Amino acid sequence: MIHFDNISKRYPGGHDALSQINLRLSKGQMAFLTGHSGAGKSTLLKLIAMIERPTRGQIFLDGVNLNNISNRKIPYIRRNIGIIFQNHHLLYDRPVFDNVAMPLIIQGYRRQEIRKRVRAALNQVGLLSKEKADPITLSGGEQQRVGIARAIVHKPLLLLADEPTGNLDPEVSREIMELFARFNQVGTTVLIASHDLDLIKQMGTPMISLQDGRVTNNGLPFTLDGKL
Amino acid sequence: MRHSPKKSSRLSSYFGHHLRVALGSLGRLYAQPIATLMTAAVIAIALALPVGLYIALANIGQVSTGWDDSTQISLFLHTNVKQLDAQKLMRRLEKHKDIKKVELIDKEKGLEQFKEISGFGDALKYLDDNPLPIVLVVHPRVLVNQPDRTTRLVKELGKNKLVELAQLDVQWVKRLYTFIEIANRSIWVISSMLAIAVLLIVGNTIRLDIQNRREEIEVSKLIGASDAFIRRPFLYTGFWYGLIGGLLAWLITLLSLMMMEAPIHKLALLYHSDFRLSGLGAGNTLLLILISCTLGLIGSWIAVSRHLKDIEPS
Repeated sequence: MIHFDNISKRYPGGHDALSQINLRLSKGQMAFLTGHSGAGKSTLLKLIAMIERPTRGQIFLDGVNLNNISNRKIPYIRRNIGIIFQNHHLLYDRPVFDNVAMPLIIQGYRRQEIRKRVRAALNQVGLLSKEKADPITLSGGEQQRVGIARAIVHKPLLLLADEPTGNLDPEVSREIMELFARFNQVGTTVLIASHDLDLIKQMGTPMISLQDGRVTNNGLPFTLDGKL
Repeated sequence: MRHSPKKSSRLSSYFGHHLRVALGSLGRLYAQPIATLMTAAVIAIALALPVGLYIALANIGQVSTGWDDSTQISLFLHTNVKQLDAQKLMRRLEKHKDIKKVELIDKEKGLEQFKEISGFGDALKYLDDNPLPIVLVVHPRVLVNQPDRTTRLVKELGKNKLVELAQLDVQWVKRLYTFIEIANRSIWVISSMLAIAVLLIVGNTIRLDIQNRREEIEVSKLIGASDAFIRRPFLYTGFWYGLIGGLLAWLITLLSLMMMEAPIHKLALLYHSDFRLSGLGAGNTLLLILISCTLGLIGSWIAVSRHLKDIEPS
């Protein structure tokens, strides 16, 4: 699903965010991306979502070489990805339903179809009763679940999450992670950047450890197709 | 890749989508009525100015068409030209497409008129010979928007070998035509400048709108919105500004005309004229609104193409 081939990313100014990253994540797999802040977790996710482009190397997403994708075509790549942010990125000027419906509207789905799918997505995150609520009235955990509903409503192949539990208490964090595990069980590939090592260990999923822009074993469980 | 809705459903929802975006943009404007009206009013005033000028000129033109009859060209023929040749020339001139009517004033009639007007009647008795030439009075067809044609006609008639002097009698009409022509040109200059002003107003308003909706644009880009999708609501906003501004401009013009009508009618009565102020007319009103909408669209397009690129998710 994701294949990094000798990827390096240097930001303007000379900071090396990632150096010679090689990794594979096969279809239907779930993995965590860990490391201290500044280790390159966010940069790695941004490269997959084409928010940034690599300085060197090639990234393949579902067999497509992202280097060959022009800026105009980026939206169509992103439509196969669901992205979840630490700060939700919800729009507070519209109710929950409209927030979740955004990816479907962008892709030109019909009204009835949108209603059906948004309800299904909200149901999956346990917020069906809140579809008319304003996001601002929801708790942090609920807002994050709205963000997740928006990320999965169009049934993406790949789910990327950047510190999805960063601002949540342990109890809620665990619920959120279990939600991701459930999506993974129905076939979605999931990659989550998190520094919450305790929680990750409880989940028992493979882990990619980053340090100073390089993949390290770090003595922690690390299995991704048995390859590095 | 997979997960795209079926083609047929996509096509049929395309127009529905446009309609929703258009109404959504209108709804946003409606939600801030004061701000919207202020912007639209600036556009309207900028448009109403040249429109008012245009109407004023059209009316002046209409007034001056009544002066056809007062424009005449006097052709003083050489004194040795015979009455018969003069009549031949008259008949030939009457067939000219720019000439409505030709009158012949022969030597005797000329002398009579001269006696009446000059008061030198008695003195003329002492002349052996009638010194006056035959005069052909030419009434040209006058077209207000083509003052050149009258001038050209005068020149053309002056070249005839029987004619000693061709004179356009009403010099001030000529001056008026020249003035109208200058005014017509200045409308174009003023209109172009104000059109640019409208573009800047709409462009700036849309720029602020884009800044206010930065978050929404960023999120939309992250979940795979194409540039066209993001551009669309702003273009519709520009279009609505143009439409509302155009309608307001029409309203301003209408009210101004209504205010002017009574005193102008009074003035016309004093001149024993049945002149009535004429308005913009349906065709020109439509044109005004069309131009206004186009300016709104172009203005927003400029803003969108300049500022949407700056907003990228990070």
